[in-house]
Amino acid sequence: MMEAKTSHDGPSLGRYLTGFVLAAVLTVIPFGLVATGTLSRDTTLIVIAIAALLQVLVHLRYFLDLNLSTTPRENILAIAFAAVLIFIMVGGSLWIMLDLNDRMAI
Amino acid sequence: MLGKLTIDALPFYSWVAMGGAGVTVGGALLVMAVITYFGKWRYLWTEWLTSLDHKRIGIMYIVLALVMLVRGFVDAIMMRAQQAVALNSEGYLPPDHFDQIFSSHGTIMIFFMAMPFMTGLLNIAVPLQIGARDVAFPFLNSVSLWMTAGGAALVMISLVIGKFSTAGWTGYPPYSGIEYSPDVGVDYWICALLISGVGSTLAGINFVVTIIKRRAPGMTLMRMPLFTWTALISSLLMVFAFPALTVACALLGLDRFFGMHFFTNEDGGNLMNYINLFWIWGHPEVYILILPAFGIFSEVVSTLSAKRLYGYRSLVYATIAIGLLSFCVWLHHFFTMGSSANVNAVFGIATMVIAVPTGVKIFDWLLTLFRGRIRFHPSIYWTIGFIVTFVIGGMSGVLLAMPPVDYLFHNSTFLVAHFHNAIIPGVLFGYLAGFGLWFPKAMGFKLNERWGFRAFWCWLIGFYLAFMPLYVLGFHGMARRMETYNVAEWQPYLVVAALGAVVILCGVVCQVIQMTLSIRHWREERDLTGDPWVHGRSLEWMTSSPPPPYNFAVIPTVKSRDAFHEMKRHGTAYRRPARYEDIYMPKNSAVGPLLGGLAFLLGFAAVWHIWWLVAVSALAILATVVIRCFDDDPDYCITAAEVEAIENRRFEAMALADTEPEEAARHPAFAAQMLPARAT
Repeated sequence: MMEAKTSHDGPSLGRYLTGFVLAAVLTVIPFGLVATGTLSRDTTLIVIAIAALLQVLVHLRYFLDLNLSTTPRENILAIAFAAVLIFIMVGGSLWIMLDLNDRMAI
Repeated sequence: MLGKLTIDALPFYSWVAMGGAGVTVGGALLVMAVITYFGKWRYLWTEWLTSLDHKRIGIMYIVLALVMLVRGFVDAIMMRAQQAVALNSEGYLPPDHFDQIFSSHGTIMIFFMAMPFMTGLLNIAVPLQIGARDVAFPFLNSVSLWMTAGGAALVMISLVIGKFSTAGWTGYPPYSGIEYSPDVGVDYWICALLISGVGSTLAGINFVVTIIKRRAPGMTLMRMPLFTWTALISSLLMVFAFPALTVACALLGLDRFFGMHFFTNEDGGNLMNYINLFWIWGHPEVYILILPAFGIFSEVVSTLSAKRLYGYRSLVYATIAIGLLSFCVWLHHFFTMGSSANVNAVFGIATMVIAVPTGVKIFDWLLTLFRGRIRFHPSIYWTIGFIVTFVIGGMSGVLLAMPPVDYLFHNSTFLVAHFHNAIIPGVLFGYLAGFGLWFPKAMGFKLNERWGFRAFWCWLIGFYLAFMPLYVLGFHGMARRMETYNVAEWQPYLVVAALGAVVILCGVVCQVIQMTLSIRHWREERDLTGDPWVHGRSLEWMTSSPPPPYNFAVIPTVKSRDAFHEMKRHGTAYRRPARYEDIYMPKNSAVGPLLGGLAFLLGFAAVWHIWWLVAVSALAILATVVIRCFDDDPDYCITAAEVEAIENRRFEAMALADTEPEEAARHPAFAAQMLPARAT
């Protein structure tokens, strides 16, 4: 199976392993921070969010084999569209819920 | 062994509930008896239930939708009857039962009437319009259908075993939480939505891929018929919006089943976030339903007024704009939750902006009709009725988009009037127009027009009678979902609204008569040409009615927008190819119905906490999917000779149509047409 895919234009085992290591590191960091409690609550949340975003990019790059040069344009467009919608949904939800939280806190 | 399921689950608590259960069981038994009497089980199973043919799946979707339309309408007329008599009294429905009825009415009409109706029309028209032989994933298509049917079956069985949710079709916590709704109603609702949600998401994926990948050669995006455009945007919305509903329902289920705290007040839960998540799906859902209807209106006005669609590009861009904006307005469903003025203002303005592309569409349709040679078919009536009525609904929507106004009208019957005023003319009239337009394509004969007109007038007049009083009652401060009330001034309006529901009932009866007469006299109304409206413009009218399993013997090459119309003009529409080729089509598969049945079982077991059955059915689903994955031979071959025989029969039929003095032959654009000579 693997040999068939290790031609120079397909994804290689090395790339999968790089992706796996990066994904594992990006998972361990948030868990570690929460378990040890080294940083303040707010900083921890920010670090988790950044790690999650990087995690998404790592998956797209190393597992879904996406990049800006060889991936067809419509696939990039689809991903961009998804990114816009996720930004609207997640960003909007955060905005709405945090705003409510502020008003409840008064 | 049977979890929470005991003999008490049977509906002996009220006569009305027992009646409902009796009608459901009796209806199911009657249908089975009729099928057995005519000995059609084998035919039904091999030709329909297991079929992977997109046209047959589409027809089954629509049959499901029409059955559920009747069920949802019975709920509606029961509510109207209750409110008409419930001044200072209990009426005829106990409060708990009334609550079940308004919950099931909303749930059924959105998830099990509108969604299957829409998916059915997509299935029938989209592959034909883009010149494809089937959808991209025919097996997945069957799974989608049977998941939807499984969800619908759960809602229906809740009439007989146990109760349905009393938390409204939106199921807001904390009321829908385990503390306030300890019985199985909300669980039925959650399971039905989760199962049918799987079907909708898969259908969305299927149609996105079909439209992106399966278009005939030469059909660029800007040459696609407008219905296909709206289907594409609507499918994209399905793919992106339905996960939000799935997550919201799943989390609510976790709260209820496993004592978690996503949406409770204890342990850091936040019920507001349920409402937020629900409407992240809920608002795009409105456009998932209405965009295909907009596409249908576009096809109807151009086909039935024999004109090119006015402002094709503006309609496409308006569709895209509505699709994107639909994701930016969800907070307007809960302005009164208490966000700050800035948040409310942003979402209020975004909501008003949607009226702009929608207005563009209205003008495009009017200008298409303008100076057209309109054929006054019921579908055109539905369209004009829609334009007039929907503008009122849209205006009341813009009014509600203003947060201060919304604070006054929130949860009042004004809101009920508004969204029915948008959804009934927008969605339902649209689908019925599309039903009339594509019925001959799917079935091979036309619908009776006289009873179609009668149905239209009953629906239109009934609609105004039923919902205009609700606007007034909203101004008077009547809240929605009231089981009883003590304001005497309200009653006349509610009586008029109930009369409106009776008039709509007449419309439904007209539709039943229309269907019965059409089927009885189908030979006289046969569509032999495949182009029943004579001025068909897109590729679906090119093939026969009903189309052969492979749709097109030779995949057409598209050179312009309105491809079929151009072919007719150039006399190339009906050329016989020099030779035919073998065509491979997907074999029937029993896996779709099996998965639907297992999903139903899984949902039912979860509702009643029958955990062993949950495990068994989940494992069975997994096993079925794995076994299907090992099926390496899913296609069968229609040989070139068989294709030729089918096509020859088609040309014979067309020649037959040509010898009769039909308007087809009289029409100048058609007279120059190369029709095949009568076969000897």
